[in-house]
Amino acid sequence: MKKWMLLTAFALLLIAPQIAYSMHIMEGFLPLKWCIIWDAASLPFVVVGLITINKKVKENPKLKMLLGFAGAFAFVLSALKIPSVTGSCSHPTGVGLGAILFGPFAMSVLGLIVLLFQALLLAHGGITTLGANTFSMAIVGPIASYYIFKGIKKAGGPNWLAVFLAASIGDLLTYVTTSFQLAIAFPAEVGGFTASFLKFMGIFAVTQVPLAISEGLLTVLVINMLSAYSKEELIELNVLEEEGKVV
Amino acid sequence: MKDKKFLMKNLILGLLVILLIVFPLVTIKNAEFAGTDDRATEAIAQVDKNYKPWFEPIWEPPSGEIASLLFALQAAIGAGFLGYYIGLVKGRKNANR
Repeated sequence: MKKWMLLTAFALLLIAPQIAYSMHIMEGFLPLKWCIIWDAASLPFVVVGLITINKKVKENPKLKMLLGFAGAFAFVLSALKIPSVTGSCSHPTGVGLGAILFGPFAMSVLGLIVLLFQALLLAHGGITTLGANTFSMAIVGPIASYYIFKGIKKAGGPNWLAVFLAASIGDLLTYVTTSFQLAIAFPAEVGGFTASFLKFMGIFAVTQVPLAISEGLLTVLVINMLSAYSKEELIELNVLEEEGKVV
Repeated sequence: MKDKKFLMKNLILGLLVILLIVFPLVTIKNAEFAGTDDRATEAIAQVDKNYKPWFEPIWEPPSGEIASLLFALQAAIGAGFLGYYIGLVKGRKNANR
């Protein structure tokens, strides 16, 4: 009898929901309708991402290692939960680097892998919210990063500024998207979507500001190192011109 | 000389990141530094009192320690590969010289 009670208590401890620290939308915290909508919205981007990656790697198999590097960068940064000025913690995304290197869609696949790892092993984010989290971190963030990088380069801005703003604004927009996703699913009774959006922005986006700056600085550091040691690959990917200037 | 400048630049970038991380720890007193998700959960409860999460994580790390272990593992795997790649391409560059 006693054994049974102990076992039950143990099982309950395992099953009981614990405080899961996650900066993505938590498992089960998005109504089913929105889970399906965001799954559907993410799917085409992931397919295009797979095609892009296949094409780039087929053209030049040597790029596989650099692709792994971009994935590893996102893996490290999204594991680091960093304190912020709001007194909360959040983590950077690390997807801006891959977007600068491999274009706007490749990171949809790598970001999805990172999110899947965290959802399954860390109860961080979730399977039901995978589509929504992929959309914010692996689609909106990288696309923003890519076009900010290209835009600043086109306008004649310096390389470090293009990389810095691409990575940090991409990071920030990820969490603006998270706030949007939560607000549209949970509009406030008074003030509706806007009131909710501002509330979630206050939680996610404001916390993210110093982290976004950190991610921007780290991405500049990594691009510096890659331009010094991995020039061939960067030229191959049209990130660097022949003479060594970041395009 | 060029190498020295390169190193300095990267060191300064790293130092700035460390400062950004330490700043809130030193300046904000009595902060919990909980995850933003916890506060999001509270915010959802305020907006919709009746909302119940309809799905639980399939598996959760049984304790905060185990969660830290897995997060550390994630960072270690990633950092290992980053170091491997930089070492590889640096070696390749030196060999070509």
